[in-house]
Amino acid sequence: MKKLILALAASTAALAFAAAPAAAQDKTKACWIYVGPIGDFGYSYQHHQGLLDVEKHFGDKVETAYLESVPEGADTERALERFARSGCDIIFATSFGFMDPVQKVAAKFPDIKFEHATGFKRDHPNVSTYNSRFHEGRYVQGVIAAKMSQKGVAGYIASFPIPEVVMGINAFLLGAQSVNPDFQVKIVWANTWFDAGKEADAAKALIDQGVDIITQHTDSTAPLQVAAERGIKGFGQASDMITFAPETQLTSIVDDWGPYYIERVQALIDGSWKQNDVWGGMKDGHVVMAPYTNMPDDVKAAAEAIAAKIKDEGYNPFTGPVAKQDGSEWLAEGQVAPDGEVLSMNFYVKGIDDKLPN
Amino acid sequence: MRLELVKRPQRSALFSTISPLIALVLTMAAGAIMFSVLGKNPLDALYYYFIDPLRETWSLHELAVKAAPLILIAVGLSVCFLSNNWNIGAEGQFIAGAIAGGILPVVFPDFQNGLVLPLMLLMGFAGGAAYAAVPAFLKARFNTNEILTSLMLVYVAQLFLDWLVRGPWRDPGGMNFPETRDFHAFAILPELMPSAGRAHWGIVFAIVAALVLWFVLRKTLTGFEIRVLGQSPRAGRFAGFSAPRMVMIAFLISGGLAGLAGISEVAGAIGQLQPSISPGYGFTAIIVAFLGRLNPLGIVAAGFVLALSYLGGEAAQISIGLSDKAARAFQGMLLFFVLGCDTLIHYRIRLAGRAPTARGEAAQNV
Repeated sequence: MKKLILALAASTAALAFAAAPAAAQDKTKACWIYVGPIGDFGYSYQHHQGLLDVEKHFGDKVETAYLESVPEGADTERALERFARSGCDIIFATSFGFMDPVQKVAAKFPDIKFEHATGFKRDHPNVSTYNSRFHEGRYVQGVIAAKMSQKGVAGYIASFPIPEVVMGINAFLLGAQSVNPDFQVKIVWANTWFDAGKEADAAKALIDQGVDIITQHTDSTAPLQVAAERGIKGFGQASDMITFAPETQLTSIVDDWGPYYIERVQALIDGSWKQNDVWGGMKDGHVVMAPYTNMPDDVKAAAEAIAAKIKDEGYNPFTGPVAKQDGSEWLAEGQVAPDGEVLSMNFYVKGIDDKLPN
Repeated sequence: MRLELVKRPQRSALFSTISPLIALVLTMAAGAIMFSVLGKNPLDALYYYFIDPLRETWSLHELAVKAAPLILIAVGLSVCFLSNNWNIGAEGQFIAGAIAGGILPVVFPDFQNGLVLPLMLLMGFAGGAAYAAVPAFLKARFNTNEILTSLMLVYVAQLFLDWLVRGPWRDPGGMNFPETRDFHAFAILPELMPSAGRAHWGIVFAIVAALVLWFVLRKTLTGFEIRVLGQSPRAGRFAGFSAPRMVMIAFLISGGLAGLAGISEVAGAIGQLQPSISPGYGFTAIIVAFLGRLNPLGIVAAGFVLALSYLGGEAAQISIGLSDKAARAFQGMLLFFVLGCDTLIHYRIRLAGRAPTARGEAAQNV
């Protein structure tokens, strides 16, 4: 096997000269690393749409590159470093688990800008963080669910009990309770972001328990397809999944990262890039509702009304009165939750019949 | 008509030597076809796959970081496989080692002095060994199938780690996100040459372990015992060797080394415990062990080759936009041709018109 290495080196040495890498250009190079495959039609797919938006917007002025399915762990740091050394000027790291490697590599390459999605660490001036208020869309979904459900029970396929997911569950239930105060939500923790098999099993289990509407915080189209088979309604996740369930999807929360990516690359080109911590929502165009389909007109009107209230009037889904699960008060009448409390949310609101795994 | 593999009476020394070379040429030819079909320049693709990651010092360090856990686990597995113990659970033992070693920096963060790291490494080794002792004991005592028990314990370990970092071991300053506190400075496995790259002592452990096990397997009675019991348990019994004892020895060595790999990975490359600390090193190491022909020195080379194929896959994705799937398919081709060429040294293909003869010469594939 030693020989194999020698052979590798020898027989390809000629290639080293035959195919020298392309010389660096003075174009701006923007790079992305994704935790999943771009074919997930969910989270990573949607970030990749943002990359395509950047290509479309800037044309020849910007060069792009990406790495998909990068594991969170020791491999992340290498992937980032390879990007940094391959001439990237700005690197978008699109998964929470990339957080600490981003800080380490950013320290080594102070001239390169790093943008980390969904994290909270900005240890160096060249690191920014960005995220979207997806829970705004979940509040709208809650309103729709409560209007559409006959039984008043929705099934929720959750990924991991981190604040991002917990706030989504709470916002969904608060939206539903605004229509039907007795609305219930059953939760299954799939412990994965993307696993079509597990997600489908979770959807089946929930439907067997009697829910007649399904929503998910996992990325595959499987739950929606199971809902279609069983003849109930559901919501898409991260992208518009209507083509996978044309008779089933009510709407979907579409993560539109394009505007943010274009803005940041433009800032880099202009020399005005500065560290920031952006948490954009519907009004920034970062969270977009897919068309309201498969529902009566009055439900559609209600959905449009609440979405407009959030988008145009700045209504915060976490506006009091809201009680915690144990009945104690969280937000008084009219009180709006500070962003800090939402971003570290680790409790359920009243009405959820589940124990937060922790 | 059917194909059969028939054992060759003796293998050709020439072809044994050049088999890896043939495999490499075949891989490159098949890869070039695939890259051309995908619309990529095959020379570019091969360059980025095999040469680009070796051009720079930092990248060589990364190669060592990636190869270290693979080699460390695989040399341990070679003891198991040679003695006919099918430990498929190295991934779990890796995690058990990381957890056991992580107790000090996570639960006792105020205990900070020069003793911490050596203790962590010992606890990592012990943790992996203890976790491997479970399927070993079940096999030695109750004759359970160790393939199943060791594999199932992988999932137990993964979920236990997941629970720890979301529950009791969660970083109090981490806003509820699932990770432990960062290991303090005394708990970090130092880098070998911090100014040049990220390679840490893990690669040294791996190579030392390979040398020691090579010596044990080749030059000692224990090594002889391992091979005899693996090839012929009956002959081993006549020689007075104890099969149940060997089960324990093999699992403890391989579990311990996997555990050492685990604690080295979290103390060296990652710096904290997370829900997922391994992209499947424990399973990939099984391939490395066989690619290295179960010879510890061969495993060192195989570990580097496999690590290179990961790094090269990334380089090709970034530089010429090869997709992740194509990069992995190419990696698969490399393994296929290496193992295929090896097989054809030991066996020849025979076209049989009818059912096989009853002379027992029809052999199994590897």
